[in-house]
Parts: sequence; structure tokens; C-alpha cells
Amino acid sequence: MIRFHDVTKEYPKTGAALRRVSLHVKKGEFAFLTGHSGAGKSTALKLVYLADRPTSGEVRVSGFATARMAPSEVPRLRRRLGIVFQDFQLLEDRTAEENVAFALEVTGARRASIGPRVMRVLTQVGLAGKARQNPRELSGGEQQRVAIARALVNDPVVLLADEPTGNLDERATRGIFQLLRDINAAGTAVLMATHDLDLVRSLPGAHLLELQDGEVVFDSAGDGAAAGGHP
Amino acid sequence: MSLVLRETANAFRRAPLLSALSVTTIAFSLFVFGLFGLVAVNIGRAIGAVAERVEVVAYLKRGTPIEAITVALADIDAFPEVERVAHVTEEEALARARQDLTEFQDIFQDLEVNPLPASLDVRLKPPYRDAEHVAEVASRLRSFSFVDDVRYGRDWVEKLDRLRNIAGAVGAVVGAAFALVAIIIIGTTIRMAVLQRSREIAIMRLVGATDRFIRAPFLLEGLVKGALGGALALGLSFAAWAVIDAALLRSVFFTPLQAAAGVVAGALLGLLGSALSVGRHLKGV
Repeated sequence: MIRFHDVTKEYPKTGAALRRVSLHVKKGEFAFLTGHSGAGKSTALKLVYLADRPTSGEVRVSGFATARMAPSEVPRLRRRLGIVFQDFQLLEDRTAEENVAFALEVTGARRASIGPRVMRVLTQVGLAGKARQNPRELSGGEQQRVAIARALVNDPVVLLADEPTGNLDERATRGIFQLLRDINAAGTAVLMATHDLDLVRSLPGAHLLELQDGEVVFDSAGDGAAAGGHP
Repeated sequence: MSLVLRETANAFRRAPLLSALSVTTIAFSLFVFGLFGLVAVNIGRAIGAVAERVEVVAYLKRGTPIEAITVALADIDAFPEVERVAHVTEEEALARARQDLTEFQDIFQDLEVNPLPASLDVRLKPPYRDAEHVAEVASRLRSFSFVDDVRYGRDWVEKLDRLRNIAGAVGAVVGAAFALVAIIIIGTTIRMAVLQRSREIAIMRLVGATDRFIRAPFLLEGLVKGALGGALALGLSFAAWAVIDAALLRSVFFTPLQAAAGVVAGALLGLLGSALSVGRHLKGV
């Protein structure tokens, strides 16, 4: 599903953000990417959704070999991913419903199919009753649910979540985390970057990947994918 | 396509102030360019009116047979530079002189023989009314055996030429400067619109919209803003012209074709400005 092979990412100003990282997130899996801020979690996710390209090594996502991918092919890959951020990234001048529909409209979905699909995901995240509200009228947790609905509406094979609970209080955090688990239970792989170790501990069966200074220092899959890292 | 139209309409609806501001900015930068255009058009027309009087006159020897003149008329009329050629007989020349030069009425009355020669008056087509072509036509006329002398006011035609060159050079330089300023202002204005929606663009890219899809509403927006700005600038130019024409000096406005070209140019500038701004933005994300 997502496979890093000996991936290094260097930035001209700040140096290496990832060093010789190898990892494998399997289909349908719930995987955590943990580590302190600056450990390389966001960079790793960016390489998955191709906001950045690796300096060396290979990243494969859902059958796409990203290294040789033409820029015009990138949208095709992104349509198979759902992406959620700490700051929700919602358009504040549109309602919840319009925010979700936006993802379908701009990827050329059939007009008639948009309404039902939007309602289905809004129901899935528990916000069917607030479809007509603007993000500003919603709580942080609700805004993140809208963002998750938008990420889900294109039926992604994997949901990437970069600190999705970072801006939320404890109660909202638990709600969002439960929602991500439900989504995973329904078959979608989830790769979640977080530094909230309580969440990680609450899901003992999950695949755990720990980054430190750009290197994988722990991989619960233990299948040798972390070769090159510390023992 | 309907989505592109909707998104474009949304851009105006969601940011009416910014949209109005950019249309106004575009309008005023094109208005300045339009005023300059009016000046250029009127100077050109004034020069053209003067050039209208450029005429080459070939005086004929006395006793030239009319058959020779008829053949020559056809030959001269076939010159590519010639708009029309007229044969003025000795009698017509005298009648014209009597009419035009009333202060010499008495002298003309007392004449026993007509001292005025017959002539061929040649008018050139507008693009050939300059010193070089006039001299060229004059020398060709001189080669007819029955032509005595050719006159065309060499000094005057050369001065006209110089005036035309100066007006052309100044017009090109000032016009290019104004056009450049207009392009920069329009580009900046549209860049503001792009930046204002950078979040939207970022989200579009994340969910997998193609660059072409992202670009389309902006291009249409730039086109519409440019056209609106152009139309507004045309209105402002017309108002300014009407005031000047009524109060200061008689002048002409753009022809409908020139006016339409101005609005189309505005639209194209808007499109170009958008294409550059969005292109740069998409590359940067």
C-alpha cells in the first residue's frame, strides 16, 4: 500500500528531514507515525501525498512509483488518498456540505451523484444535522469531522492524518480517534501522525512506527523494514 | 464547464469588494492608455488631414495633343501610388485662378492670351503621401516628353514627414510605457485575487484537482475582469472625450472597431495576467 525504500529527504536550508527510512503500511491497516515534533512525521506524509519528492530512495503508494511520476499524474494518485490536517483546512465561506462537495466537484464527479455521496459521508461522521452550517459555527471537533468527511468522500484507499487531534480538547480527541477507528474497521487504511502517546497506547494492535531525527527507531511490524535504523 | 462558470461567478460573489477593486484598477489603467490613444488618434488624423493636400502637379507643354494626354492619364492612373489624376486644361486653370485669386481679377480680365499652362493634378493614396513616394511619382511624371515641369512643394512634404516620424516615435514609446504599466497593474491585481484564494487552491490540489481544472476559473475571471475593466475604461474615455470635445477642442473619438479592439485588448490582458499569476502560484505550491 505505502512503501518507503531507503528514503532520504534533505532540504537545502534545514538539512536531512528523513534519513534512509524504510517502512511498509499494509492495506486496511491502522498505523501510527510517532515521534517528537521535527522528527520527520509531516515530511514522511508529504512524500506520500507528493507535496514533496524524496532526495533519494523510493516511495510507492497504492501501486504508483512516485519517483518517475509526471506532475500531471499526481492528481490521479491524490484522488485515491484522503488527507486530514491539524488545522482542518476548511473553506470558511462555504457550508459543511459545500466543503465536502467541493472535493467531488473539483475532481469532476457527476453532478447528480454529488448530493447523495456528501450526505452519506456527513452521516458517517455524525454531522448530517449540521450540513448547512459554516465551519465558524462548528466546534473544533465538528470541523475536523467535516474535514474527515471531505477526505472520505472520494472513497480513498488510505486516510492520511497529520496530527488530526492536535488542536482539539480531550473529549473531541477521543471522538475523532474513535471515528478514525471506525473508518479503519470499515476497510480503509489509516496512517496517522501523532505525538499523543495515550492514543497510541489505547490501540495496542495498531502498527507503530517511531521516528527520531528523521530515522525509524521502532517498527512494531518488525519485518526488517526498519533496517538501517537503530536496533 | 458549468462548474467553471459557477466558480467564476462565486469568485465575484464571495469577494465583491476585491472584484470591484480589481475591475476599477484595470479600468483606470486602461483609461490612461485610452486617453493616450485618443491623443494619438487625433494627432494622426490632423496629420492625415494635412497630408490630404499633398498633390503632385505636372505642367504640360503648350500644344500637347489631347490623345497623348488621354493615354498618359490612363498610365498615371495605373501607378500603384495614385489615388486619382485629373486633367486641368488651360481654360480651367484660368477659370480656377480667377475664382481663387479675386484680388488679381483685373489682371485676368485684361488678358489677351491665357498665360497659364494645362496640368495633370495627381493625388496619392494615403500611405504614399510622404517625401520619398512623392519624389518618386514626380520623377516618373517628368519622364513624359510633354511634361514641362513638376511641382509638389518638396520642403513642405519633408516637414510633414518629419512631423509624422516624431509623432510616431513618441506615440510608440509612450504607448509602450502605458501598456507596460497597465499589464503590471492588471497582473498585480489578479495576483491579489489568486493569493486571496490560495487556501482554496491548496485544497483543490490536495483532493486531486488537475492544474488545468484549477486554472480555468481564474483564467475566466481574469478575462471577465479585463473585459469589464476595458468596457469601463471605454466609458470613461468617452466621457472625457465628450467634455474635451464640447469645451476645449473639436476632436474625434475611436471608431467602433478601435473601441471594440480596446475592450478585447483589456480582456486579453486580464487573461494573460491571470495565466501568469496562476502559473507562478501553482508552480510555487
